[in-house]
Amino acid sequence: MMQSALSALFWRELQLARSVGGGGAMGVVFFLILVSLTPFAIGPDLNLLSRIGPAILWIAALLATLLGLDRLFQSDADDGSLDLLLTAATPLELVVLVKCVAHWIATALPLIVASPLLGLTLAMEPASLAGISLSLLAGTPALTMLGAIGAALTAGLRRGGLLMAVLILPLTTPVLIFGVSAATAASGGTVPFHIPILILCGLSLAAVAGAPFAAAAALRSRDA
Amino acid sequence: MNQQFALTSLSARSVSVDRGGRAIVKNIHFELRAGEALVALGRNGAGKSTLLRAIAGFLPLSGGELTHAGEASEAPLPELCHYVGHADGLKSALTASENLEFWARMLATPSSGESLAPSQALHRMGLKRLADFPVAYLSAGQKRRVALARLFVSPRPLWILDEPATALDVASQEILGEAFARHRASGGMIIAATHAPLGLIDAAVLDLSATDAGAIGNA
Repeated sequence: MMQSALSALFWRELQLARSVGGGGAMGVVFFLILVSLTPFAIGPDLNLLSRIGPAILWIAALLATLLGLDRLFQSDADDGSLDLLLTAATPLELVVLVKCVAHWIATALPLIVASPLLGLTLAMEPASLAGISLSLLAGTPALTMLGAIGAALTAGLRRGGLLMAVLILPLTTPVLIFGVSAATAASGGTVPFHIPILILCGLSLAAVAGAPFAAAAALRSRDA
Repeated sequence: MNQQFALTSLSARSVSVDRGGRAIVKNIHFELRAGEALVALGRNGAGKSTLLRAIAGFLPLSGGELTHAGEASEAPLPELCHYVGHADGLKSALTASENLEFWARMLATPSSGESLAPSQALHRMGLKRLADFPVAYLSAGQKRRVALARLFVSPRPLWILDEPATALDVASQEILGEAFARHRASGGMIIAATHAPLGLIDAAVLDLSATDAGAIGNA
């Protein structure tokens, strides 16, 4: 019964993300624009571009992930769905986790697929392109889960999106550091590739394990 | 019907609820048995919605206690209730039947009382022709009817209704009245806040604006 409820929730979230105004495609378009603006701003210095390419891609991915996250719980709070989810027999922690998984698939997965193509426009080496995709794959779950805490804290507020970004961006610093270092380690350097990737995986797993409890607690006390 | 015995009584003893540091609901007492209904009356801001949200478990009590008894009493009270509030809980991008099918699965309960398939529930609320329409195109009253159709897709013994008749036409109010009677006949309970008559016969009345202590009378 609980599996049926959670799979219903999962498919509904994907369907909503795909629909107009759901914001599923918005993140990847924003990512594309941000990354393609960079060469115009920096100029046609290929060495410089390939050196800072991983950092640009990671910062763009970070901002694109946060772009749609503020609506994760706010739209449910506005239309009353959140109250009804509280009366379901399914624990709210699992509801949060399933919503985050669906959000990650709808917004972060397209970024990961698009990142090697965009890396080409930043004159990155082939090894680096694989590295950036892998590092995003390992690191974006942590971004989504951390963002979910911020989204839950600001769910009851009008225009809570900016506050959410201010709350969450400082917490994403470790993910950004190890993400960029994994992407640069892939194209050579003194650090072996697996060390930053393993740390990223650890950060993501810790966020997946802890964030649903924090977000669910924030949602329960939203009204009090 | 198992639902008959799922919840035999619900009682509130000196229940108080605070919001933003102010006591909105103070010292409420009531006792509901299977098949009974309670109507909360009061001027705007008297705390009707606050009391209903506290019973549904969305707000913590600042004092007193709510106890429920019956076969399903191990389950927390929120999982035994249907809540229909001011917001309809519908996604405007999805169709009426998609919305209802989702809630039918999300709010499913282990109890085996009477429940309708989403399409039948929409039919009962007179929305059969609009089932495949995105909710965004429905009127306020039609949206409210989709929200009320949720009551039929999953059997839950306690219905908590905050102004359920808002935006409903006369025919829909009659359908709602019949649904109330059927629910109470099968042993369900109803707690409603309202300004308009709801067709709840012999409902106990809780007047929240009368005194500090909620006075209980009979309508």
